[in-house]
Amino acid sequence: MTPPRPTGTATVLPGGPRRGRPRTGVPLPLLLPALAGLAFLVLPLAALLVRAPWSSLPEQLTSPEVWQALRLSLVCATSATALSLVVGVPLAWLLARTDFPGRGLVRALVTLPLVLPPVVGGVALLLALGRNGIVGRWLDAWFGVTLPFTTAGVILAETFVAMPFLVITVEGTLRAADRRYEEAAQTLGASRFTAFRRVTLPLIAPGVAAGAVLAWARALGEFGATITFAGNFPGRTQTMPLAVYLALQNDPAAAIALSLVLLAVSVAVLAGLRDRWTNAS
Amino acid sequence: MTDATPAASAPAPRGARDDGLDAHLIVDRGSFRLDVPLTAAPGEVVALLGPNGAGKTTALRALAGLAPLSGGHLRLDGRELDRTPPESRPVGVVFQDYLLFPHLTALDNVAFGPRCRGAGRAEARTRAAAWLDRMGLAGHSGVKPRRLSGGQAQRVALARALATLPRLLLLDEPLAALDARTRLEVRAQLRRHLAEFEAVAVLVTHDPLDAMVLADRLVVVEHGRVVQEGTPSDIARHPRTDYIARLVGLNLYRGRAEGHTVRLDSGSEITTAEELSGPVFVAFPPGAVTLHRDRPTGSSARNLWHCAIEGLEIHGDQIRADLTGALPIAADLTTAAAAELDLHPGAPVWATVKATQTHAYPA
Repeated sequence: MTPPRPTGTATVLPGGPRRGRPRTGVPLPLLLPALAGLAFLVLPLAALLVRAPWSSLPEQLTSPEVWQALRLSLVCATSATALSLVVGVPLAWLLARTDFPGRGLVRALVTLPLVLPPVVGGVALLLALGRNGIVGRWLDAWFGVTLPFTTAGVILAETFVAMPFLVITVEGTLRAADRRYEEAAQTLGASRFTAFRRVTLPLIAPGVAAGAVLAWARALGEFGATITFAGNFPGRTQTMPLAVYLALQNDPAAAIALSLVLLAVSVAVLAGLRDRWTNAS
Repeated sequence: MTDATPAASAPAPRGARDDGLDAHLIVDRGSFRLDVPLTAAPGEVVALLGPNGAGKTTALRALAGLAPLSGGHLRLDGRELDRTPPESRPVGVVFQDYLLFPHLTALDNVAFGPRCRGAGRAEARTRAAAWLDRMGLAGHSGVKPRRLSGGQAQRVALARALATLPRLLLLDEPLAALDARTRLEVRAQLRRHLAEFEAVAVLVTHDPLDAMVLADRLVVVEHGRVVQEGTPSDIARHPRTDYIARLVGLNLYRGRAEGHTVRLDSGSEITTAEELSGPVFVAFPPGAVTLHRDRPTGSSARNLWHCAIEGLEIHGDQIRADLTGALPIAADLTTAAAAELDLHPGAPVWATVKATQTHAYPA
């Protein structure tokens, strides 16, 4: 036999359990931390499955409280995503396609909620839209609209936290998109808005979808801003994450069951949209 | 809106006047300045020919309204277009890589323009189908652009631009994206479609062959300025810059003529058949040059120069020799002759050219 070479097939022991590891040539100082990181990410999820009260699960999940919280979560996350799309896509267009003084500052402000602790976001929302907030006071006085501690408040809190994900994703897609298609549309008689609607938007649809999913997932898991701005009222503002946290205090089994539901929803969304994306692109 | 003039934004208010394109395009872009006067009659095909970076595409974008004019004017059929946004100009553009909308079928790509210009969905599609039919693409209307061949995509792009019934058709390097074989065929088709087009067509190209086959008139642009203008045959026979001379394969010199002798700035002299006086150009093809290893005696050629080989490159079945010395010359010879003369860079040679092979014309 020839002397073994680091990457030669001669070093691959047939049938051994570690077959393939030498062949990949991954240095140990990279492989070990990588495996540790993977384990760290997977282990808690595994624990959730291991400790799940499988026998009492059907009973837990059919309780009206769970359904109430789940439905509220889905409605609010979806509404927050829709709201983000309506205002976030134009905002992304503005950032990507126009040049105005202070654009860098605007962009920084848009991204701020990404790094801001959600609780702080909730406090800020209260100060702006609360009953005594700088805007909320007028909403209350003129229209009789009160946002804190309502379902609408949940949607606003989730939008505040989730929309930056959408804006950043869509802006990146817009920047990468070939602007000359818009010019081609213009030479064919399309106004800038028509060019956006009929050419740009279809072209960046995968990016918009990706941003929407990110925003939706972020909204679904939103906790801090929601509990601060909208409180924790079952059926009105108590979304799944709040329900999980509350249940953990007095009924751990229920908390695990609720967590499993959220996990399942997340996995389903990820799997469902992955197929759609790969088909689309 | 009648059947005769559908779509298109309302044409010139004084619609009766039909005097084509009258433009003076001035675009400042940093240190670069484009300054190109351009006129064309309806039915005429004008080619802007020039090397990369000459400003051809900038000129085209200015005509389309995609780049603002810094000065000059732009009139089409008597109508001022300087301040008109691109979507309101009666201008159609075929872009270099076509820019067909990838999410729309060929039919919807062509119907896009009529739709934007106010036609109903059904009407726009009927019209688009007619255009595709005219381009010989009736069977491809439902196909997305990525499934079209290069030549087909080019025709869809042309149909899309023509479907808005433009009064000015712009083509940016219309054949550049095609491979050599398709190119020949598409060039012939494009020529036919351009001949049928009754308004002004301006095409931009760096390929002299495309320009000469497709255009009635060439406008040669270098460094943002027009250096020569004329019919293809005129320009091919009387190039006025090195760039065009190289493009059309001629040796070109500038000097002062006195009778049959032209004295170049470098001091060398060329004997010509024409008898002229004053500043002139002298041109002769590389094939007219004969090379000799030793000084020829008893030759009938009136021009004899001592030169050195600077470079050799294969040109088809011929060898193109670049000579320096008395004057820079490109000479063509067969590979056999090159071998026999033992040519190599640095080798001294004598070059002869008959006076009857040269062509002198006033500068």
